Amino acid sequence: MPDLKMAEATATNAAPSTANGQVLSVQNLEAWYGESHILHGINFDVNAGEVVTLLGRNGAGKTSTLKSIMGIIGKRTGSVNFGGREIIRATSDRIARMGVAFCPEERGIFASLDVRENLLLPPIVRSGGLSLDQIFDLFPNLKERLNSQGTKLSGGEQQMLAIARILRTGASFLMLDEPTEGLAPVIIQQIGHTIARLKNEGFTILLVEQNFRFASTVADRYYIVEHGQVIDGFANSELSSNMDKLHTYLGV
Amino acid sequence: MQALYAQLLVGLINGSFYALLSLGLAVIFGMLNIINFAHGALYMMGAFCAYFLLNVAGIGYWPALIIAPIAVGIFGMILERTMLQWLSGLDHLYGLLLTFGIALIVQGVFQNYFGSSGLPYAIPDELKGGMNLGFMFLPIYRGWVVVFSLAVCLATWYLIERTRLGAYLRAATENPTLVRAFGINVPRMITLTYGLGVGLAALAGVLSAPINQVRPLMGADLIIVVFAVVVIGGMGSIMGSIITGFALGVIEGLTKYFYPEASNTVVFVLMVLVLLIKPTGLTGRAA
Repeated sequence: MPDLKMAEATATNAAPSTANGQVLSVQNLEAWYGESHILHGINFDVNAGEVVTLLGRNGAGKTSTLKSIMGIIGKRTGSVNFGGREIIRATSDRIARMGVAFCPEERGIFASLDVRENLLLPPIVRSGGLSLDQIFDLFPNLKERLNSQGTKLSGGEQQMLAIARILRTGASFLMLDEPTEGLAPVIIQQIGHTIARLKNEGFTILLVEQNFRFASTVADRYYIVEHGQVIDGFANSELSSNMDKLHTYLGV
Repeated sequence: MQALYAQLLVGLINGSFYALLSLGLAVIFGMLNIINFAHGALYMMGAFCAYFLLNVAGIGYWPALIIAPIAVGIFGMILERTMLQWLSGLDHLYGLLLTFGIALIVQGVFQNYFGSSGLPYAIPDELKGGMNLGFMFLPIYRGWVVVFSLAVCLATWYLIERTRLGAYLRAATENPTLVRAFGINVPRMITLTYGLGVGLAALAGVLSAPINQVRPLMGADLIIVVFAVVVIGGMGSIMGSIITGFALGVIEGLTKYFYPEASNTVVFVLMVLVLLIKPTGLTGRAA
């Protein structure tokens, strides 16, 4: 990995947090897709500078939790507190402007935009974001492909682009939905290094992962989501004593 | 030979209106996913707006060229806020019915007050007269319409394909939810886009007023051909709708010279041929 000159960014990347260091506090979050009730009371916290991972089987409600925090799912109740502000009723553009950035599972690279336009699309919401040079240090591939059409990139490059474009915005709280899905091991490793580096720079990260092996290399804490509820949570240090439970939860 | 050039010029002028109108339709369809059947009525409102400005307020052609598109654009944005926005996510049929109904109401109101005959609108003094080009006589106003329309079309193309604002528009056409989750107020952008498309129609109306007179049904007659143009060019392509607009105007003009009997149907014959060979239109992406 190239050497990053982000010393001055470190101080400003800290996410807005409450006095006790909480960036995000989700309480009794429920959500609906039309008539179907998908989240049945999600409770968890994310502290400043942490990487927190939501684990769970397919369809457990992990992605829906991220989308509900981002304000993308229309009907939701309960409480989502970001940096001391209640955002459960806010629209997604307002939430983004407060400094929450979302990288969706399907990556969301725009086919009608070239790589440069994709990268520059999300508006700057606050100062302290990475400069283009810093982004190219992290993802050298992108620099060579700036004029390619967004969806002509490989899967790994698209994922890097999807992460890169939210680093520019100055958002300090990143939600990454399965960033390793469908990628080659060497690329997964690179994304792991990137997440570790972002954590060092002071970013707070909420990760959704199916790939537990990958998650265990970057996460500080885990929450287990099942049937639209958080049913368990533990720190990375308690991982070995929780392995049996984890096997049961994830069915691996 | 003189007659051929004259028909070519008529073709280019009609092509200008086709291009401005189908461009607006393409922009609106891209963002709102609505086939805006009210487009012809809004084009007519642009012409009437210029007429009112002149005859009620004494405001001439040049200011009208700016005021009318803005005024009708605002009217369009009110339509979008109060009615069209509720159709998002519904079948095309609802948008078609609603906009067609709006067109009928607007045209009916104007017909009620102004009848069906044309009201004259004078060519501005600066553009009166003509030029002898040697091979033909060019009325200056007609040349102006072609050049100005082309400039506006290209400016719109540049705005959408080459600027940051245009990148927002293109991205929101693909995935409005994600663009909004990046912090962009997409509903407001949709309203402004509708205003832009409507403004282009109204601008075409102002340009048309001195040539075709101002009539409540001027848009209803034109819009049928414009929809054929859009079908041939393919929905959703900006440059495609500009080129197809001008090209079909010219083809129509040439047909008037070589085989006048077919001039009213040639566009529709082409539409059928294109539908048979490439149903998404010449430049269209598969929906």
